[in-house]
Amino acid sequence: MQLKRIANISTALAAASCSLLGHHAQAGTVLDDWQFNSAILLYNESDHVSAGEGILTARGDFGDDHFLNLGLVLDALTGASATGAVAQPNVQSFTRPSGRGSYDVAAGDTPLDDTFHDTRVQLDASWEQPLAQNWRITAGGHISKEYDYLSLGVNSSLAYDFNQKNTTASLGLAYSHDSIEPEGGIAIGFAPMLLRRNFASDDAYQSAFNATRNRADDTKDTLDVLLGLTQVINRDWLMQFNYSLSVADGYMTDPFKLVSVVDSNGVVQQNLYENRPDSRTKHSLYWQNKLHVNGTFLDASYRYMWDDWELKSHTADVKWRLPLGEQWYVEPQLRYYQQTAAEFYLPFLRQNAALPEYASADYRIGKMSAYTLGAKFGTTLAPGNELSFRIALYQQKPENDGVTAPGVLAELELYEKVTAVMAQVSYSF
Amino acid sequence: MTTIRSGKAVVLGLLALSLGACSSLGVKPWQRDTLAKEEMALNSAPLDNRLDDHIYFSKEGSSGGRSFAGGGCGCN
Repeated sequence: MQLKRIANISTALAAASCSLLGHHAQAGTVLDDWQFNSAILLYNESDHVSAGEGILTARGDFGDDHFLNLGLVLDALTGASATGAVAQPNVQSFTRPSGRGSYDVAAGDTPLDDTFHDTRVQLDASWEQPLAQNWRITAGGHISKEYDYLSLGVNSSLAYDFNQKNTTASLGLAYSHDSIEPEGGIAIGFAPMLLRRNFASDDAYQSAFNATRNRADDTKDTLDVLLGLTQVINRDWLMQFNYSLSVADGYMTDPFKLVSVVDSNGVVQQNLYENRPDSRTKHSLYWQNKLHVNGTFLDASYRYMWDDWELKSHTADVKWRLPLGEQWYVEPQLRYYQQTAAEFYLPFLRQNAALPEYASADYRIGKMSAYTLGAKFGTTLAPGNELSFRIALYQQKPENDGVTAPGVLAELELYEKVTAVMAQVSYSF
Repeated sequence: MTTIRSGKAVVLGLLALSLGACSSLGVKPWQRDTLAKEEMALNSAPLDNRLDDHIYFSKEGSSGGRSFAGGGCGCN
């Protein structure tokens, strides 16, 4: 009796596990056609911005070289960001971009807006398939939403293989429409940053603040064209050349950035909201090499970028993947970046000089060099399952572009270095 | 003048050399063993590249090159 019951239980268990396994196998066949990639990145600048970003992408194989790519990106940003205003030997007060509330910056410190926080969600999708023999087409789109920003975009590319598939020529087009609605509205170019303490009442302050704003939102349209040529050099060497053109039209001023107006002693008289041109045309040449050398893989690229803001940059990036035992690999990574200043970049404005047409003190478009030094460690857990860890140090070194700092500014740090640590975990399955 | 002429000669020489090299570029279909490896793909770490592009786009004055340069976020 007891034995019979046990036998019954084991039969039932076997049946249950069979149906579970059967179910599993069925789910497996559907999911086998999909490859998932996920990553989480933490980015932390000393005393400045902290950011966390998560990505999940899925690639579905629909047979006969038809693929669907889906992506989800979530990111959160918090911390303090340089406003563009100069440091002073005394405490400075600033009004928050929204116009409500203020914050103080200690003597000698680079002014940072510590209320900077944002979250972003991005969804993207693309479909790729052969068009005719040796031709492939991809079409996709994205939507990205932040608290005060929305970006919608479509893109498409066409690729043609020839010369026994040793050469591929491609043409890509992308268009995006972005809209920004910053809290407190958009400041008129060079409008002064007002301080509540200089007004007798809240009403008087508010009406003066409102007069510095002329619209609640604005837009930017960007058209990108990408011409690519991929060439197989030999069994162990693949090369890529790209030329890209990016034409942007619309609001490109940063609504949160300021430019300080200083007197001949370097003392700030007023802070103005920055003002950038409403069009920008960027060009870039990109050259990438993938090389297989004695069981290692080298990825070396160089980019030269120039634009009609007179910003020119050189970027060199090297990643070298080396096997580490049977299961693991290590990939040292080194990137060097160098840019010239945009023609309207000025670390500060002079009180006795005429106001230029455009000006920005945002160090990100000033003269700068930067390097990234990192390493990635990865292992294959099973075919198609890879786990990797990446850690990198990123340092930006803004430089003086031949501007003489008057009076008190000569003693202060106007071009502060920014150091960040990035840590990333990725898992593919 | 001589400098320009010798410069031209160097350029022509290099061009001839690279054209000569072009004829021997590439592989036969059965020689694609290494090229077919995942590690040899131009975009072998797409998520790393995406995360990097986003960081550098928001921290520097340049963007694009490998892929499209424009739009996407209010971070710059």
